[in-house]
Amino acid sequence: MYWGIALFLGVVTAVEVAVPYIEALDPVRVPLLIVLAIIKFGTVVAFFMHLRYDKKLYRTLFLFGVIGVIPLFVVVLLTMHAF
Amino acid sequence: MTSPAVETHEHHDIRPIRKAAMWVFLGSECMFFGSMIATFLLYRNNTADGPGAEIFDIPFTSASSFVLLMSSLTMVLAHNAFEKRDARGTRIWLLATALLGTTFLAGQIYEFTEFVHKGLTLSTSSFGSSFYMLTGFHGAHVAIGVLMLLAMFYLSLDGRLYEDRGLNVELVGLYWHFVDIVWIVIFTVVYLLQV
Repeated sequence: MYWGIALFLGVVTAVEVAVPYIEALDPVRVPLLIVLAIIKFGTVVAFFMHLRYDKKLYRTLFLFGVIGVIPLFVVVLLTMHAF
Repeated sequence: MTSPAVETHEHHDIRPIRKAAMWVFLGSECMFFGSMIATFLLYRNNTADGPGAEIFDIPFTSASSFVLLMSSLTMVLAHNAFEKRDARGTRIWLLATALLGTTFLAGQIYEFTEFVHKGLTLSTSSFGSSFYMLTGFHGAHVAIGVLMLLAMFYLSLDGRLYEDRGLNVELVGLYWHFVDIVWIVIFTVVYLLQV
């Protein structure tokens, strides 16, 4: 199973690298790259880090940090008048 | 004679607690890297007439990213072998992971050297500072991970890896995969979205 997941991750990475060079994808480049990164992130966390099968407590503890990044981003960018 | 209370304490399995502590640590690391990524996004256009994202070598960094991604495969294979009490397999995959991690670090040193030659240093601009701080701290995490992997490899040579003390392969594996997922975000946000 792990080899198949690695192959999948390799293919997604190849697509990621190709996206900036395909002019036709320019209008959707940013959201597409973000979605591809989320897919890779989620695949590694779920299967290689076994969070999909492990205790719910571990998932909660980790998600607390991942979701916590969102207000952190907003606060930092607002504080520095990025918007 | 040992009292029942002491016996209970001695046989209490603390591995789930250590694992939960590792997940808390990784969650806090998300905040750490999140703040540095936010800083990079804030200063990405502040190049002070110095070099910016145009000096990035995407094909080279893509190859480095692929190497780090594949090190997650070798790490999970090491953990799998460890769970099956396959000492030889554990040693081989731990060493493979350390070698892939070292290859990634070598690539990062080469990349930094190239950028410095092109005029991008830590003090050139806010872009340079935030770029080197973010990728440099990630590189430091990779270096610590390589040291932990080599420590695991050393312990495995005389069969001490199975003793339940301190770090174990699973916790080092979680740390290593985390280093990989942070790079997945950095590769997209810092490199691919800026070209």
